Amino acid sequence: MKELIIIIIGSALVNNVVLSQFLGLCPFLGVSKKTNTAAGMGSAVIFVITIASALCSLIYTGILVRLHMEYLQTIVFILVIACLVQFVEMILKKYSRALYSALGVYLPLITTNCAVLGVAIINVNKDYGLISSIVNGFGTAAGFTIAIIIMAGIRERIEYNDVPKSFQGSPIVLITAGLMAIAFCGFAGLL
Amino acid sequence: MNKYAERIYNGMVKENPTFVIMLGMCPTLAVTTSGNNGLYMGLTTTAVLAASNLLISALRKVIPDKVRIPAYIVVVASLVTIVQLLLKAYLPTVNDLLGIFIPLIVVNCIILGRAEAYAAKNPIGVSFFDGIGMGLGFSVALTVIGSFRELLGAGTIFGFKITPDSFEPISIFILAPGALFTLAILTALQNKFKLPSATNGSVKNNIGCGGDCSHCGGSICTTNREMLSSKDEIAASKESIVKKATIKSEHGKNEEKSSQKGGLI
Repeated sequence: MKELIIIIIGSALVNNVVLSQFLGLCPFLGVSKKTNTAAGMGSAVIFVITIASALCSLIYTGILVRLHMEYLQTIVFILVIACLVQFVEMILKKYSRALYSALGVYLPLITTNCAVLGVAIINVNKDYGLISSIVNGFGTAAGFTIAIIIMAGIRERIEYNDVPKSFQGSPIVLITAGLMAIAFCGFAGLL
Repeated sequence: MNKYAERIYNGMVKENPTFVIMLGMCPTLAVTTSGNNGLYMGLTTTAVLAASNLLISALRKVIPDKVRIPAYIVVVASLVTIVQLLLKAYLPTVNDLLGIFIPLIVVNCIILGRAEAYAAKNPIGVSFFDGIGMGLGFSVALTVIGSFRELLGAGTIFGFKITPDSFEPISIFILAPGALFTLAILTALQNKFKLPSATNGSVKNNIGCGGDCSHCGGSICTTNREMLSSKDEIAASKESIVKKATIKSEHGKNEEKSSQKGGLI
């Protein structure tokens, strides 16, 4: 239990997926204009990454290790993730209209989000079992959500500020992200 | 200039993937802690990009249009696996340095972007050189950014100390925040001097995702064509419904008018 708590704090705050590992940077910069959409994207990411890390962990230990084909992990994982996203989208569309209307727009954007594949590979590299993989996936995605919602909140306020002309647009967003990254460095003392 | 040299010039200068089109930002920020790392990452990506452009161009008439994206992903993933195994066997230090970012080349938008925008439509030779050009452009950009961060953050370039002892290295530049600040300064300079860059909207390209990674919602390259076309369809159907409604209402008015006329008569 203690290990799981350490994993979740480590992946969500200390090694934040966006601000210290630079995975999933594109949606972080692209979908962070409004808090609502950022929250939607964040919950879709939590949903997909948690399922994907469970599935990838099962497939890795159950099929690839047993058949001694560990070298196929990249190919298998990317295909599993792509299929999973499509599948989740279809299931949500059929059985849960409310959830689909909340998350549906963001699902196609996640297919090639490098955070999803990154988490699956990190789980394998660190020899995590099924439970640890799920917890690590959930923690990473929660870290992404925290970062993107804070970012969206700050960007909504930047709108009203007088930003120098050459810093308008993406430069000021990158500087904000940099300052957030410094703040998240402070979590390094937690573990 | 012959067409092969033109592709290389295009990739390195005119449509430089990092400086101009802003593609593949995750590896750009993550691995550029030193000039060496940037160079290794760039060359690894070049190898994958050239081979994937070559293969996809060779297979362009075989792959059905509907399943092209999964097919491209499988091709790219296989090539990345081959490159990773080669690195593990012959250059284990590079493999350790780049770590998780080697398998993540699969989801680098430069690769799928070039496959979709160029290799799927052009013959093998020019596609191969397009891959080389784009890859070299990426390598140059990563090496420059990496050297800049290494110089400020550690006082060295490619591992050789060149700054005087009185210079205190600003170590934040080789940490995560430094990457974001470096890129912020770069894009701000591009805005200031109105250099061509996707971030200030002065460059339009024919890549499926529209190019601009920092404003794109997560590698839209693969999906935005479908989304755009479905949007167009929805818009078109809405328009047609509106048209029908207006036609109907006009009909209704005419009928009313005629009935009024009839009443008058």
